[in-house]
Amino acid sequence: MSQPPPQEHRPGFDDADNVVLTKLAALLIPFILIYGFYVQVHGDFGPGGGFQAGVILASAYILYALVHGVRRAQRLLPRKITDVTAPLGVVIYAGVGVVTLLQGGHLLDYDVLDPQHTQHAQEWGMFLVEAGVGLTVASVMATIFNEIAEQ
Amino acid sequence: MSGLLPHLPALIVVTPLLGGVLAPLCGKGPTKAWALATAVTWVTFALTCWLAVSVYDQGTAQYFVGTWGVGSAPGPLGAKDWTGIVGIELRVDRLNALVLCLVAGMTAVITPYARLSVAKEIPHDRLHFFYAVWLLCLTGLLGITVTGDAFNLYVLIEISSLTTYILVALGKSRDKRALTAAIRYLFMGTVGASFLLLGIGYLFMCTGTLNMAEMATRVAELRDQRGIHTAFAFVLAGLSLKMALFPVHQWLPKAYAYSPTAVSAFLASTATKVAIYGAFRFLFTVFGTEFSFGVLDANSLLIACSCIAILYGSLVAIRQSDLKRLLAYSSVAQVGYMVLGMALANREALTGTLVHMVNHALVKGAMFLAVGCMIYRLGSAKVSDLNGLGKRMPLTTVCLIVGCLGLVGVPLTGGFVSKWYLVQGALRAGLWPVAVVLLVGSLLAVLYAMRIVEPLVFGKAPEGEEVREAPPSMLLPTAALLVGSLVLGVSGSLKTGLIWTATGDLLGVGQ
Repeated sequence: MSQPPPQEHRPGFDDADNVVLTKLAALLIPFILIYGFYVQVHGDFGPGGGFQAGVILASAYILYALVHGVRRAQRLLPRKITDVTAPLGVVIYAGVGVVTLLQGGHLLDYDVLDPQHTQHAQEWGMFLVEAGVGLTVASVMATIFNEIAEQ
Repeated sequence: MSGLLPHLPALIVVTPLLGGVLAPLCGKGPTKAWALATAVTWVTFALTCWLAVSVYDQGTAQYFVGTWGVGSAPGPLGAKDWTGIVGIELRVDRLNALVLCLVAGMTAVITPYARLSVAKEIPHDRLHFFYAVWLLCLTGLLGITVTGDAFNLYVLIEISSLTTYILVALGKSRDKRALTAAIRYLFMGTVGASFLLLGIGYLFMCTGTLNMAEMATRVAELRDQRGIHTAFAFVLAGLSLKMALFPVHQWLPKAYAYSPTAVSAFLASTATKVAIYGAFRFLFTVFGTEFSFGVLDANSLLIACSCIAILYGSLVAIRQSDLKRLLAYSSVAQVGYMVLGMALANREALTGTLVHMVNHALVKGAMFLAVGCMIYRLGSAKVSDLNGLGKRMPLTTVCLIVGCLGLVGVPLTGGFVSKWYLVQGALRAGLWPVAVVLLVGSLLAVLYAMRIVEPLVFGKAPEGEEVREAPPSMLLPTAALLVGSLVLGVSGSLKTGLIWTATGDLLGVGQ
């Protein structure tokens, strides 16, 4: 791709350097990410799961983009990657279903993943499926934000 | 291989879903994603045919996703019998086996056609996304048809609707009005889906289950409850919007006219048919024939709406100058025929509806494909473009003429068989004015068909550029659909075999 011709500075899109905002974001983003991962892995015990975690994780990206500008955020997480991870999450979900089919069970019957310890198998199946959901939701949220920001 | 047989209901949904998410990973360019989509649709078609054969031999196929609901599996709250209550059940009987074959078959025929047509009408860097959305829409439509769970049905209707909005909006590089058409469809489709969701919510509140078979047994005991009556109204309104029945049909003409032509063919031959299947499922299975047509008297409303749809759709179609709009308004009329047969609710009329469903999918699909051939060579498809097309694109012309005959319902085409059954059904119900409407509708169809055929045969070609015949990869699918319609018109086995037994199941009578 050829470099686009230089345009006037677009606030919010190009690099920004507001000290208060960048420092605050640097403080917040790690906690947002950890909270996102917590909600992700906690999904099979309590409230939480892939949808919520995906949105929280994507909100970290969106906060970074709002503070540092969309361009720098896209250098950090290029659209090429989100374009692949969005369908990849669904592939993981459906892939778990196909694996359970190949193991001789019904679609998404997690028990067959580990027939000796079915509770363990249920946890694994749910964990993998939720991981797929989280990946897709986070990527799609980032894509929607990028799509609106680029207009 | 035979180990796959019990898993077929799940596989026919999983296959296009996986294809749909793998298509964008194929990378940009017109060929790779298309090849994947073609392979996936044909595999899906083969699976649905296999499933249909087994259903007709061995009866209804049931499938519990994640084995939730299988009697022996203990539920999370102790060893209770959860059969068909908690989990999502996929259930295929003769009726939806037929619809599954129809939807998957139409998509399998249209996808090879789409390569050239879509490459001309959609920007190239969007093509891999187009095929992804195409397959996801197929996933949604097959899912609606295969599921035995009311909430699952709503979710899948949303999947197919959201993808349809995208497919319609992709027509914008040919005509900017595709965007407003997509937004209009989005608003109306969302209202329709919300009504449906409300209806399913009321049903769940009254019956305490989302499984349709389970619902049916409990609705029979609760038929005097207000909640059930409210649910019926909401479900009927939502499904009417989705199938574009007369007063709520406004989204259809624009969506069909401005979307890419392959999408028009795909939607015309699958989406409304699946919505009509949904209406069958709710009116006949969940609520039951006696409740829908006896207690609540839905048939007089539906018969009135569909009669107006037949006359109005045909009359407006006559006045159109754009071919795709003409065909779209003709679709409004054809939906009227199908709903009419459903509302008459006797075996002849239901058989007429199902035959009409298959025939209209084949014929209208073929007509849109033929119009797509014109757009591919001429860049537009106005009625005035038809002048002298017979000399310039003879094969496309033959397809258009045979399609017109099929729409009118000339003997030897499937349209004749379906209208014959519908008229029989109307007479058996003792409603001779309805039979008159059916015949007047056919006469009006002759008028709009003449608007297509007359310039094709007698019109003078404009002077100027040479126009070549459309490429074979576009003509073959078009011709294949028309041959299908002719076979339906001539052979007796489909209507006496598959469809006649399916309607027998619906009405709960023997063979």
